[in-house]
Amino acid sequence: MANVPQELKYTEDHEWVRVEGDTATFGITDYAQGELGDVVFLELPDEGDDVKQHETFGSIEAVKTVADLFAPLSGEVLAVNGSLEDEPETINKDPYNAGWLVKIKMSKTDELDGLMDAEAYNQHIS
Amino acid sequence: MEGVKTALYEKHVAAGAKLVPFAGHIMPIQYHSINAEHERVRTTVGVFDVSHMGEIWVKGDRAIDFVNKVTVNNATKLQVNQAQYSAMLYEDGGIIDDLIVYRFPDRIMLVVNAANREKDFEWLQKHAPGDVILDDASDRMSLLAVQGRHAKDVIQKLTDTNLDEIKFYWFRDGIVAGHRTIISSTGYTGEAGFELYVDNENAASLWDAIFEAGKEFDIEPVGLGARDTLRLEMKFALYGNDIDKTTNPIEAGLGWITKVNKGEFVGRDAILEVKSKGLTRKLIGFEIEGKAIPRHEYKCFQGDAEIGHVTSGCWSPSLDKGIGMAYLETEFAQVGTRFEVEIRNKRVAAHVVETPFYNRPY
Repeated sequence: MANVPQELKYTEDHEWVRVEGDTATFGITDYAQGELGDVVFLELPDEGDDVKQHETFGSIEAVKTVADLFAPLSGEVLAVNGSLEDEPETINKDPYNAGWLVKIKMSKTDELDGLMDAEAYNQHIS
Repeated sequence: MEGVKTALYEKHVAAGAKLVPFAGHIMPIQYHSINAEHERVRTTVGVFDVSHMGEIWVKGDRAIDFVNKVTVNNATKLQVNQAQYSAMLYEDGGIIDDLIVYRFPDRIMLVVNAANREKDFEWLQKHAPGDVILDDASDRMSLLAVQGRHAKDVIQKLTDTNLDEIKFYWFRDGIVAGHRTIISSTGYTGEAGFELYVDNENAASLWDAIFEAGKEFDIEPVGLGARDTLRLEMKFALYGNDIDKTTNPIEAGLGWITKVNKGEFVGRDAILEVKSKGLTRKLIGFEIEGKAIPRHEYKCFQGDAEIGHVTSGCWSPSLDKGIGMAYLETEFAQVGTRFEVEIRNKRVAAHVVETPFYNRPY
């Protein structure tokens, strides 16, 4: 069974969001990494870029397939997980912590209302 | 999930495999990691369940002549206990399937792709003379591919047959782990190894014996995902990707098995015409310059001109770069030619390389 931490919010596209004040961290879920298989590399935005909810902000290349990354929320990119460049497999090993993708400064906090909680996401993937 | 379970289905479930429908069967795509499974085969030894493959027996006095008539390679040159890579063609030269022909003392075995098995069998029936008997044994036979530099060490523990005497593309009828087995020195990985054909009821027992014998080499099960990256590093063609009814064997790089001088065979006239006219395109191997992965159906360009398309691609775990196969117009097919692959609306630089991409170090 895929791990779905209680404290996070989720999207239908299998991304997770951790909210701390007005910043939000995005990543892909354990279920998503399991479906993708070995991640080979990622394309991520640069610090300072704006991302828009539901629009692609990057892509993730796995051995068997490629997937777009859709922004769960809108905002300005504050930080990008540079360690994934050398160790993309971190996403497979630790998708919720060391495998985070980007941190943003949220521009529309009401967008949070549209995200799923852990229970709803569990339903979504079952 | 819809599909036929192989005799090893329970083994896959117990090993935690991710199972997917493939060519009418439920097959393991990976157990824990395609990259790790790939590496296992390249460094020690791995085991694949490829029981979805089709086995068709051809019997009768004229079996060899019949097989020779419907395949491109020269089946009459096969000695008993020898195998041969070959292909069946339509009259227009398009490929029906690629296959391995095994010559037994009194019969022939054709090993065909799972997805093509029914089509192949119908084609064979249509062309077989009355005294040639065809028997599709696919549902009764299992196939385990044991591949890697230690494959021989593992299997030798389980059989009295001297495996050193089975040269590449030869085989023996033998006993492995107490079970009647066709021991074939063949594979689809570029490593040394054997493919073991066994009756379904003995497959699980043989599987267990192989894993027990292979413990000292860290033997692991390997899924179809790694099978694909392993074969791609060798530029082995995959039916449905690199070859199909719209491709002829010459442009696909299979001229070496297409023996137009052996006499009449189905598709020969078309092949002679292709040879006299010259090729318009060739299946080449290429490397991506930089970090990107080419995939099936991506388009190839030089400047504004579309010059071909990718048939297979992956991130090569052995080379640590994106590699692929593509049909390119003949003038662009020389090693070293630079071109671009359109990957998700971006043009990425690539160049034609020598193949195989990978050469084993032993």
